[in-house]
Amino acid sequence: MKSTSLLTKLTEATGVSGREDGAASIILDFFTHGEGREWVSDLRRDKLGNIILYKKGLGETPAKIMFAAHMDEIGLIVTDIEEGFLRFSSIGGIDQRVLVGQEVIVHGKKDLLGIIGAKPPHIQTPDERGKSIKIQDMTIDLGLSQEKAESLVKIGDSITIKRKFCQLKNSLCSGKAMDDRAGVVALVECLKRLKDLRHQADVYCVVTVQEELGVRGAFVSSYGVNPDIGVAIDVTHGEMPGLPDYEAFKLGEGPVIVTGPQMHPKVFEKLKEAAKCGNVKYQIEAEVTPRGTDAYAIQVAQAGVASGLVSIPLRYMHTSVETLSLEDLRETGRLLAEFVMEINSEFVGGLKYC
Amino acid sequence: MLKELSELNAVSSREEAVREYIRNRIKGKVDKFETDNLGNLLAVTGENKKGPKVMLSAHMDEVGLMVVGIDNSGLLKIKPMGGIDERVLLSKRVVIGPNKIPGVIGAKPIHLQEREEREKPVKIPSLFVDIGAKDKNDAEKDVNIGDLAAFDIKAGEFGDRMFKGKALDDRVGCAILLNLIENTYDFPVYYAFTVQEEVGLRGATVAAFRINPDLALGFEGTSAGDVPASKKHKQSTRIGKGPAISFMDRSVIVNQALVERLIEVARESGIAYQFRESITGGTEAGAINQSRAGITAGILSVPCRYIHSPVSVLNLDDYENTIKLADAFLKSIERKGLPV
Repeated sequence: MKSTSLLTKLTEATGVSGREDGAASIILDFFTHGEGREWVSDLRRDKLGNIILYKKGLGETPAKIMFAAHMDEIGLIVTDIEEGFLRFSSIGGIDQRVLVGQEVIVHGKKDLLGIIGAKPPHIQTPDERGKSIKIQDMTIDLGLSQEKAESLVKIGDSITIKRKFCQLKNSLCSGKAMDDRAGVVALVECLKRLKDLRHQADVYCVVTVQEELGVRGAFVSSYGVNPDIGVAIDVTHGEMPGLPDYEAFKLGEGPVIVTGPQMHPKVFEKLKEAAKCGNVKYQIEAEVTPRGTDAYAIQVAQAGVASGLVSIPLRYMHTSVETLSLEDLRETGRLLAEFVMEINSEFVGGLKYC
Repeated sequence: MLKELSELNAVSSREEAVREYIRNRIKGKVDKFETDNLGNLLAVTGENKKGPKVMLSAHMDEVGLMVVGIDNSGLLKIKPMGGIDERVLLSKRVVIGPNKIPGVIGAKPIHLQEREEREKPVKIPSLFVDIGAKDKNDAEKDVNIGDLAAFDIKAGEFGDRMFKGKALDDRVGCAILLNLIENTYDFPVYYAFTVQEEVGLRGATVAAFRINPDLALGFEGTSAGDVPASKKHKQSTRIGKGPAISFMDRSVIVNQALVERLIEVARESGIAYQFRESITGGTEAGAINQSRAGITAGILSVPCRYIHSPVSVLNLDDYENTIKLADAFLKSIERKGLPV
C-alpha cells in the first residue's frame, strides 16, 4: 500500500481521543492481514488501546528503541439534546471559529450525519455579528425530531469532524487528523524500510491513544515497553501568515528535529547525525517544553528514558484542513530508519550523564 | 437531480455549468430556448397558445469567493461574491475556477493564539486560500486573478427526509422549474433560469424585460431560522412546514390578490403552507415587479437552514409540496384566469 492511500484511509477514519477504534482497526488490519504483517515480529494492544508494533533486532543484547505517534484526534462530545438538535463540547483544543458550517459524524447507535449551525447572521444584532460564535451557542442539526434524536443519540456520544482527504499542488495534501496520523504513517514508512535492513536494536513502534487529552497513552505504553531511547513523532507548525519564523517551519524542507529540556542531547545529536548520514534534509526547532507531545511522557517513564522528538511541519493545526507535504512524511520515515541503524549498545551505554 | 444541481459550481457570473446541465435536461421538452447577453437561459412551452403569459424564474448562480490577489508565498487573497458571513469560511474546502483546483481556507493554530483572538471573527482581508503553491509564480500556473471559488461539498439525504448541500439557494428553485417544465398548461409558460441574482438581481431584470409576462412567480430557497438559538418570531420560516408564501420583502410588496390565490389554491389542494415572516432580503420578484411599466410578481420559497454557507439544509417534503402548489396555482389560472 502506498503511504498516500494509508494516510487517506487513516485521516478519514474516526478516532476521537478515548474512542480510537476506527483508526486502530486500520493499523491492526494492515499489520495482521495486510502488507505490514511481514514487517513486524509481534504486535499487541495494551489496556488503554495503544498498539505496539515490535520489530526484533539482530543484536545479542539489543538496545530498545521506542517510536511513538498518536492516532487519536480532536473532536466533539454530545452534552444535551434540544428540539432534536445536539448541544456539544470539544474534546481537545478546538478553535470555536472553525466549527460553524461544518459537517460532523455523530457516533450514536449508528453513525449520523450532522451539520453545525448557529443563529442565522441576519437575525443577529450588530454586536453579535462582530463576535465569534461560542461553542455553547452552536447546535448540531441531525434533521431529526427530538424523539427520534433521543432514540439514536445519548449524552456523552463522541462526534468526529467530517472531512475527506484532498491532494493539493506540489505533493501537499490536506485533511483532518493529520495530527498525528501522519506521524503514524511515518512509523509505517520506517518499518517498511527496516524490513530490508540488518539493524541491531529492537524497535517498538507504538501507536498511542489519548495524546490530545494529556499524552496519556504515551505514559503507560512507555512504562510498558521501558525503552532505552524513546522518540515521539508528531507535527509542528508549518509557516503561514501571522506566525513568526521561529514558530513555523517550511513544508517540503524535511522533518524538524527538536531540542529542549525534554529531549536528551545525545539523542538530538544522533538524530542530526542520522539525517546527515542518510542525506535527509532537516530543520531544527527549539522548544521550551513539548508538553503537547508524547516525548513529554516518554522522558519520565519508569526510571527515565533518553527521549527525542521529530516533527512533521503542518499548517493549520487542529482544523479540518491540516496541510502537510507527503515528501516530509516519507523523509521522516527514512530518518527514523537511519536513526535505528545508528544505534548500538555502546551508544546506549553512553546515555547516562557522568 | 437536486444532488446533481447542488454539486455543480456556478458562482455569480460563471453559471455555465448549471446552464449546460439545464439545457441538456430541457432539450426536446420546450418549444424553444435561448440564452441572452447576460447568460440567462430562457425557455417557453405553449408559446402559441392563447391566454396570459406566465413567467416562472429561478436563479442558477450561487454565492462564493473571488480570487482578487496572489501573495508572494502563493496564497490566494479572496473577496466574497454575494452575502457570505465571513465566520463560516475558516477551515473549509473550496474548488477554484473552471479546472476545479482544490484549495483550503487555513486558520491560525489554536496553540499560537491569544485567548482574545478566539472571540473575534477573522475578517476577509486576513483570510486566504492555500492551493499548495510554492510561490506566486507557481500559483499563477493554475489560478488567475478573477477566478471564482465555490464550496466543495457533497450533497445528499440525511435525517428524516432532509437534504443537505451547497447552493440550495437557488438550485432548489432550478429543480422546481425543471419539474414543472414537464407539464403542459393551456397558456404560454416562460421558464427563466437566471444569472447574477446574488449580486443584485441582474439576470431577472433583463429576463423580465425580454419576456414581458402578464404575471411572474419566482422560486427561491429562503432562510429558515428554526434553530434552538433563535426565538420563534425571528425564524422567518420553518423547515417541514411547507412552501413559504411571501407577502413582502425588501424588494417587493406582492400583489394581495396573488397572495390570496396562492393561499386559496394551497387550501383547496390540502397542501400545508407558511408565510415568509421576515420582510428583509431582496428577491427576483422585486426586479421583475419594477420591469417595463410594472409586472405582477410573487415569490414561493422552500425553507433552507444555513443558506449562503458551505452546507445548507432543506426538507424534501417542502420541496415536493412547493412543486405541487406551483402546479395547482398554474392549473387555477387555466380555470379562473390570472388573480390580478
